[in-house]
Amino acid sequence: MIRSEILKEIAPILRDQLVICNIGLPSQELHMIDDQPTNFYMLGTMGLASSIGLGVALAQDKKVISIDGDGSVLTNFGTLPTIANNVANNFILLIVDNGSYGSTGDQPTYSGKKTSLTAVAKACGCENVVECQAEDTPAVLQAAIDSDQMTIIVCKCESGNVKVPVITMDPVVIRDRFMKSIATQA
Amino acid sequence: MSVSEKIVQDFKANDISFVTTVPCKQLAGVIDAIEADESIYHIPSNKEDEGMGLCAGAFMGGKRPAIIMQNTAIGVTINTLVTLTQYYRMPLPMLISYRGELGEPVACQVEMAVHTKALLAQLNIPTYHFHKESDVEELDSILKYTFMCNKPVAVLTDASFWNGY
Repeated sequence: MIRSEILKEIAPILRDQLVICNIGLPSQELHMIDDQPTNFYMLGTMGLASSIGLGVALAQDKKVISIDGDGSVLTNFGTLPTIANNVANNFILLIVDNGSYGSTGDQPTYSGKKTSLTAVAKACGCENVVECQAEDTPAVLQAAIDSDQMTIIVCKCESGNVKVPVITMDPVVIRDRFMKSIATQA
Repeated sequence: MSVSEKIVQDFKANDISFVTTVPCKQLAGVIDAIEADESIYHIPSNKEDEGMGLCAGAFMGGKRPAIIMQNTAIGVTINTLVTLTQYYRMPLPMLISYRGELGEPVACQVEMAVHTKALLAQLNIPTYHFHKESDVEELDSILKYTFMCNKPVAVLTDASFWNGY
């Protein structure tokens, strides 16, 4: 399975949750599959999906899911100790680990080689780290939501992309509807 | 009241309750004061762009954030300031130690100091420079201005302001 197939599978689970989605193809794919006002699409700033998600989770009580990639976590490696040491039980970090920089042409990342993000997250002090295969992602994500515990999911999948249009929505519109859905969502 | 206590008091008076920090020797006192205050969530970050991501999230979650950092971090945060904080129109008070100014003992710090104001000007970031201790009296207005206009705003604080390095 590739990332877009995983996003299709988990879209019904994500629909009712606050989602911070990684820059590039992940945001474009999620936007195409199931655009929701509860989705915050990153249009720039590689690496910060996990940091933004943790910030949202620490500031309010609703569940927050950051959809990140292995390349982006490698870009912002300092995020894992910060997450481990600032536990927000309404926060889930879903790392779609396809071992490549998908948005830039599938160049290999170190997580597809010797580096295990699961082991790194554990070494940083994250307490609930689950590594799963792509097919198991919906069940693992739902279990993490139901557990009410901060969880890091490392979803191992194949690299590959589908053709998808860029997001033309204005960033302030994305931010405004996301904030309004936080304020009104039950 | 110490200058650090005054800064924390102004933060609280402006409902700032989420502060991320990357340390600098000049900022040690104010970071201690932030850490000691129970009404402010203090979240140290490992790099300043990470901290700006945390602040963006906290703002969208309903809290007023601030970042405390050194001017050397301007270089590593330009992309984040432009494509996150400014592009999505988010407020961010930046309390910045202005290393490399008068009183600086470390020559290398001057190399970034000479670029600091030019970079902030290029980014259209409103910038204030605290040189005397009494300049802190303007902080309350600067914080109100920041949350009025939804922009990142820089407050450069040099060694003279902190009464030495």
